[in-house]
Amino acid sequence: MFGLANPKRFMDASAPVVPWIGSLAAILIAIGCYMALAVVPPERLQGDTVRIMYVHVPAAWVSMSAYGVMALASLVALVNRHPLADIAAREAAPLGALFTALALITGSLWGKPTWGTYWVWDARLTSFLLLLFLYLGYIALWNAIEDEVRAARAAAVLAIVGAVNLPIIVFSVEWWNTLHQGESILRRGGPSIAPVFLWPLFIMAAGYTLLFVTLWILRIRTAIFTRALRIRLSAGAAS
Amino acid sequence: MMHFLEMGGYGAFVWPAYGVTVLGLGGAGLLTLRAYFRAKTMFAKLGDRNPE
Repeated sequence: MFGLANPKRFMDASAPVVPWIGSLAAILIAIGCYMALAVVPPERLQGDTVRIMYVHVPAAWVSMSAYGVMALASLVALVNRHPLADIAAREAAPLGALFTALALITGSLWGKPTWGTYWVWDARLTSFLLLLFLYLGYIALWNAIEDEVRAARAAAVLAIVGAVNLPIIVFSVEWWNTLHQGESILRRGGPSIAPVFLWPLFIMAAGYTLLFVTLWILRIRTAIFTRALRIRLSAGAAS
Repeated sequence: MMHFLEMGGYGAFVWPAYGVTVLGLGGAGLLTLRAYFRAKTMFAKLGDRNPE
């Protein structure tokens, strides 16, 4: 795994993989959307609003996974000083923020017909909003400090400290009395959702995950190209 | 068709959720690809294929 932390090796290894992962992501999301909108029956209590689950839940899962990846890459950057770790963490942040925003917006559109309100300050929703602020704070910190090494270090510390919010999000529905429903998929005793609703959700989740990975790799590759370009142009200007 | 679009009376919530998702993910995909190919093309002009 750390072998790929060499930029040249990463560029060589990722180039042939990206089109395949991207295509698979597009296919899975297209199939998932078709099943979610045209195949899945209306749910007994929620009716057709259950179809929002297929764009809300995968976005929420990916947004939390992206933060985990970002915090892990930050830890590797701080401890092992691998050249790619800072770039990997930095490039995950805008994507994580996007998926978090999508989870919040689609969740609020699901909340209105099911709870009667777009927003409530319960533990799950509030901790999820905090996740968005952590992403935005991380991005702002990178942009606020001019020295790239200091910026990377400060942002890495924020990412690692902020990771404490992840278990709070996951267990918030157990620790506190929330309007948001409790765990219904990744729970002891198996999912409480019927398979007809569950399979399209897994397909969408796989598609979202692969889409995140595709965009993340492309962003890392762009950052490496840009950095190499900057170094060569400044070397050319100096000589 | 109208029955499908109405989504059992919840179309006003279901379609915006899918719309914002398509806009968000599609927009991110397009912007990411545009930035990637721009950086790659500029780098290729320097005569290198793989940066280090």
